[in-house]
Amino acid sequence: MRADPVEQPGSSAGEGDRRAPAAGAHARGLAGAGEPLVQVRDLVKHFPLTRGIVMQRRIGAVRAVDGVSFDVHRGETLGLVGETGCGKSTTAKLIMRLLDPTAGEVRFDGRDITRLRGARLKAVRREMQIVFQDPYSSLNPRKTVGSIIAEPYAIHSLKRSKGERKRAVQALMETVGLNPEHYNRYPHEFSGGQRQRIGVARALAVKPKLLIADEPVSALDVSIQAQVLNLLSEMQRRFGLTLVFIAHDLSVVRHMCDRVAVMYLGKIVEIGPAEAIYDFPRHPYTGALLSAVPVADPTASRRPRPLLSGDLPSPANPPEACRFHTRCPKAQERCALEEPPLEDKGRGARAACHFPLTREELAAIGVRSAR
Amino acid sequence: MNGEGGGPPLLRVEDLRVEFPTEDGIVHAVDGITYQVHRGRTLGIVGESGSGKSVAALTTLGLTRGQGASIGGRILFEGRDLVTLADRELRAIRGNEIAIVFQDPLSSLHPFYRVGAQLIEAIRAHRDVSSAQARERAVELLGLVGIPDPRRRADEFPHEFSGGMRQRAMIAMALVNDPKLLLADEPTTALDVTVQAQILALLERLQRELGMAIVIITHDLGVAAEMADDVAVMYAGRIVETAPADLLFSRPEHPYTWGLLNSIPTLAGPREERLVPIPGAPPSLIRRPSGCHFHPRCPYAQPDHARIDPRLQAVPGTPNHHVACLLEPRMRQRLWEQLSSGRSPDEALAAAGVSEVRG
Repeated sequence: MRADPVEQPGSSAGEGDRRAPAAGAHARGLAGAGEPLVQVRDLVKHFPLTRGIVMQRRIGAVRAVDGVSFDVHRGETLGLVGETGCGKSTTAKLIMRLLDPTAGEVRFDGRDITRLRGARLKAVRREMQIVFQDPYSSLNPRKTVGSIIAEPYAIHSLKRSKGERKRAVQALMETVGLNPEHYNRYPHEFSGGQRQRIGVARALAVKPKLLIADEPVSALDVSIQAQVLNLLSEMQRRFGLTLVFIAHDLSVVRHMCDRVAVMYLGKIVEIGPAEAIYDFPRHPYTGALLSAVPVADPTASRRPRPLLSGDLPSPANPPEACRFHTRCPKAQERCALEEPPLEDKGRGARAACHFPLTREELAAIGVRSAR
Repeated sequence: MNGEGGGPPLLRVEDLRVEFPTEDGIVHAVDGITYQVHRGRTLGIVGESGSGKSVAALTTLGLTRGQGASIGGRILFEGRDLVTLADRELRAIRGNEIAIVFQDPLSSLHPFYRVGAQLIEAIRAHRDVSSAQARERAVELLGLVGIPDPRRRADEFPHEFSGGMRQRAMIAMALVNDPKLLLADEPTTALDVTVQAQILALLERLQRELGMAIVIITHDLGVAAEMADDVAVMYAGRIVETAPADLLFSRPEHPYTWGLLNSIPTLAGPREERLVPIPGAPPSLIRRPSGCHFHPRCPYAQPDHARIDPRLQAVPGTPNHHVACLLEPRMRQRLWEQLSSGRSPDEALAAAGVSEVRG
């Protein structure tokens, strides 16, 4: 009696089939998949820094995203990793047009959406949804779960009859593993993990093509994280979603993603298939990130480990040329003079480095290459 | 727990109970925990939010006293019971012999005072030295924790420091009076991984150089594995398992510990490894489940586990490994063998002989 309201439009293929062949390089070769779902080109976002209250003078800019280009292929999961302030969340907001870029272009489904406005922007937004980090502040505490999940229907004037909306919302709740009878409850009556399920249900309501998950588990307790990660994987398989997964936890990204882009101070320093990046990272920053992850195995973890020196430079005043050269253990004169291009380093991965890591160096910094 | 340190432990917590009366009922934040730490050793206390791990540490310093908490049990620090100590006597120990580093350095530093001034205050609270001497000491400590140009940096405000530097400053403040025991409550949770690695390395170096004992409280099993000699796992206000770190991670005994280990993806495991979440959510500490507090979330729970409250007991054959679990030791061993080879809880139950368990 209840029709599943969240079938993917256009995906007439059987529900049960596995996630579309995703791993970057393969997807690119698939003629049927056509062009990537999202194409980001030379994207820049600078936030002006001003001084003065009435007469504001511009004294500089935080270069949050400073010229990034990448594709998100249909059906894949692309991970964006990096530390605080590297621009990963800003990049996501630019893709969603929650921020207007300073320069560059975002193409979604073949169309340049960078300068869309009004009804046409709204139509595109229906195709892309986001799940936020904090399930406590991203749900309105004064609304029932039913009306929170139905909000996208109200915004996009879908499922106008009350009964139809309720049925759709309850089916969604069941899909994400919530009890549909809790339709009339308020967010505070749910635990953190359940709230994140509400966020996922709300995002899926309008059957998006693209789902962006911005640190979806970092606010959750350890024992709950896997529930939400498994839910996202299952939803992706079931509805053929394309997923952009933003996280600072490298183990989680490795588990979830087909391809990974590593960001540092507003730039992508390395991008490629997850196997390649985790097995043999070429950029010293990726290597440093991987070697810094604590391992839940005391026999493996008692190792001397090289530490990155110093602090993250300010994105308002990033180092010249290679932005990592001030902290890079391999930096040489050239790195301070000449910006390395993001270029092919084999196995489908690209890195922006003049002196990429070798296997020996990787072993020396204690990165355990998985098989 | 049974440190090879020899001699009496520096800190011994015995059957500590901390309860907070609230409008909704009594919160049993810490429910009878016992542990000890020896000089120069590190104890890791692992648990999720609401497991009572922070309250236990705060109580050690008397920081739960003002909150109407009722505190039972003993906290023996060099033989003196901190629970019964007068406030004035405790103040002489807090920040002096026992120091604490909190999770969020931004909210633990006063935004209006220069970092150096805050360090000087901590020094002069316990030592009768001139402010010039205290300032020298403050600068020395900022240098010790790796803050570049410490003389200049001491005159800066906390907002001028980065997150990692603030945590270094917090650690410097904890060290001002050469504490014998450092309590580190999620010291790296607010930090990025590369900064976390720096701070953990700093703590290890300082421990080597100064011979402090450290109690590190964390939700991150990786951090506990890196830092701790011994690990205690807390759930719903109790210690459910405790052992030397290598034993705890290689041969965990409690289903909750298994759940934690199998619900996090690892860098070393196969990429497609299956994550097995622990079902449900951590319980309310006001209305705790009957019997074994973990039974509603435990895939291996038997009907009588809802009735019987397990005690922390030594694992047969390994006297320094304790677990509070009602499953048969041999059954636990078989289950973990299955789980650690990648089986799901249901498969493990089937393979380990459900009939025996369920029968």
